[in-house]
Amino acid sequence: MLKSFPKGGIHPPDNKISAGAATSVLPLPATVTVPLSQHIGAPAVAEVVKGDNVLVGQLIAKPGGFVSAAIHSPVSGTVLAVEPVAGASGVKGMAVTIRVDGDEWETSIDRSTTLVTDCGQMDPSAIIAKIAAAGIVGMGGATFPTQVKLSPPPGKKADTLIINGVECEPYLTSDHRVMLERTAETLVGVGLLARALGVSNIYIGVENNKPDAIEALRRTVGDLVRFLPPIEIVPLKVQYPQGGEKQLVKAVTGREVPSGALPIEVGCVVQNVGTALAIYEAVHKNKPLIERVVTVTGKGIARPSNFLVRMGTPVSALIEAAGGLPQDAGKVIGGGPMMGRAMSNIDAPVTKGTSGIVVMSGREAARRTETDCIKCGGCVTVCPMGLEPYLLARLAQKQRWDESEAGGVTDCIECGSCSYTCPARVPLLDWIRLGKAEVGRIIRARLNC
Amino acid sequence: MEHKLTISPSPHVFTGRSTRGIMGDVLIALAPALVVSAWVFGAQVLAVTVLSVACCVVFEWLIQKFLIKGPATVGNLSAVVTGVLLAFNLPSSIPLWLVILGAFIAVGVGKMTFGGLGKNPFNPALVGRVFLLIAYPVQMTSFPTATAAGAGMLDAATGATPLSLAKGILKGGGSVADVMTQMGISDLGLAIGQHSGSLGEVAAIALILGGLYLLARRVITWHIPVAVLGTMAVFSAILWGANPESYMSPLFHLLTGGALLGAFFMATDYSTSPMTRKGGIIFGVGIGLITIIIRLWGAYPEGMSFAILIMNAVVPLIDKYVKPQRFGVANRASSAASAKK
Repeated sequence: MLKSFPKGGIHPPDNKISAGAATSVLPLPATVTVPLSQHIGAPAVAEVVKGDNVLVGQLIAKPGGFVSAAIHSPVSGTVLAVEPVAGASGVKGMAVTIRVDGDEWETSIDRSTTLVTDCGQMDPSAIIAKIAAAGIVGMGGATFPTQVKLSPPPGKKADTLIINGVECEPYLTSDHRVMLERTAETLVGVGLLARALGVSNIYIGVENNKPDAIEALRRTVGDLVRFLPPIEIVPLKVQYPQGGEKQLVKAVTGREVPSGALPIEVGCVVQNVGTALAIYEAVHKNKPLIERVVTVTGKGIARPSNFLVRMGTPVSALIEAAGGLPQDAGKVIGGGPMMGRAMSNIDAPVTKGTSGIVVMSGREAARRTETDCIKCGGCVTVCPMGLEPYLLARLAQKQRWDESEAGGVTDCIECGSCSYTCPARVPLLDWIRLGKAEVGRIIRARLNC
Repeated sequence: MEHKLTISPSPHVFTGRSTRGIMGDVLIALAPALVVSAWVFGAQVLAVTVLSVACCVVFEWLIQKFLIKGPATVGNLSAVVTGVLLAFNLPSSIPLWLVILGAFIAVGVGKMTFGGLGKNPFNPALVGRVFLLIAYPVQMTSFPTATAAGAGMLDAATGATPLSLAKGILKGGGSVADVMTQMGISDLGLAIGQHSGSLGEVAAIALILGGLYLLARRVITWHIPVAVLGTMAVFSAILWGANPESYMSPLFHLLTGGALLGAFFMATDYSTSPMTRKGGIIFGVGIGLITIIIRLWGAYPEGMSFAILIMNAVVPLIDKYVKPQRFGVANRASSAASAKK
């Protein structure tokens, strides 16, 4: 029996049509726009001004606080502007716009492909310092600054590292390609993470729909057995939202993260495979987080692809490279179709959290008419947090916030399983988000008085 | 690029399931029992069913258009399901005007009064049936004799249902053996529908087939039917084991009356059953218990309809107290305590 999380879950068609497409390097665009807020936490603070010349990998913005991340130039060229620019949702945020000129890298960056296998000797604090300096954030989409996650709060101790290779979102394949193509580097990155945390239980959770990745990881763990700490590859039964931190911790270790707490509460730290690769490059190659693998896919996309892309490249350039926006395109999603965000501005840049771009046709994107709840209980059955979505939605409609809080609305991970399942097309998650925001506001106000 | 892009919050993909599709599945699942019924009781079955469906649909359409003044809802097929289920709960020999009245009560009172599908607390078809049973007891308990292929259909003979036969004989001091001789039908005969009863309830095997289809299509889960039938079986088995002379066997109880129709098709009605699986089990056990209690000690030979309606009334209470186990919350007590402060 394959492991999985025990409660709720759905099985949307996985549509991993780009799974077989080897990662190709996207040509450099003419200009890049690098937002200063590509992570959760305080925006970074620009270190360059208009007219400055920058090199690839040069620091252009330093962290704006404890929970923040450094940002480096993904290209070489001239800074055209440091000013607010419209992001994917159309909302403006501070960004550095750079005109690309050649491809000159900082000389401190090792661009060779030689594998460096050391991961057991380094000083943990040195590893964390390099991660912070490289501006690494969680690359599965949450974009939480990694150095913060590796420094457990006082009194909390990690004993288990779980690497998230689940990629449970339909369509997305960037993590899959990383596990296949950058297996050894990713595993060394995992070793570095384990060293930084001082843990010896190390697992990589991969859903069983990626047997080639499981096989590659197992083979490479064997090849590198002399260098790496013991790493267990855990095949998981395909079930969404297995990539949710709490679900993954439960599936792999059986431990249940308490309501309102983080995985560190039960001694676990979860990191994405892409993050592990970035850590390898930062620590052993001195390379900051300036590029990532992005899946560009969708049923109407001529060539579903996985591209290695410099941050700041316009999403429209990726879509062009994959064959262009189809005539009937109706929605462009940054991220996967379950939790990604619909983009209003497809010229918005790729950022550290961009795992994929999914293009849907107008027909697929059309929102269907809501009808009356028939009380089928489907939403209750699929909720991985054991909540009652129909009730939380109803309470939000009636603005009954006390009952929303008692019903656990703040536990909602916004996986969308309820809305996905509803045969009456009730936009359950829309209402629950409203309730979650409102209850969160009330809780914060209560704590402050 | 002149593309109009839709902006909406996630999720961006949805299941293909719809209310209409679910109701369609229920209709498919009911079809075998209808065929067997028509074979056993003759063409009258089809007349009653078609009339019942037509009336339910027309009443819902009229009420939705002129009283509720909302968008038409008959397209979701729920009125069709109510119509078929109501017909299944009537004797095939019922005067047709009573079918029209029953449909009016079912849809008008049982469903639309509350605002329509999903808002009604009681199973509409059963509201219609029980109204007719109480208001027109003679017409509602005159069942035609089962005659395979409708050979003796025009024969006006009425037959007692196995349950009313059992009730009469056992109450009068007779034994189980007397019931079996009088009835003259084997368990196999009961299973394939060779006995009197409401038109849709007699075909045990066809109903089980339909129930399995609903389970396979995941329209229903096993919890409610198994709880209902399991409770009936265990309860009756205890009594039968203690005194097989004066209590009918569990198999008899499961194959007769509305047991299978109720367990698979009526108790599982979404609107009127609990939201959680745990709640469904409590609900089902309640139905099973009440059904057997009424069958053995009540005034009526059959108690399934009453049992379901009584438990329908308990559903809001079950939904209030039976909650799913929350992730990361040790137990209900602690979560309730944390909610209090």
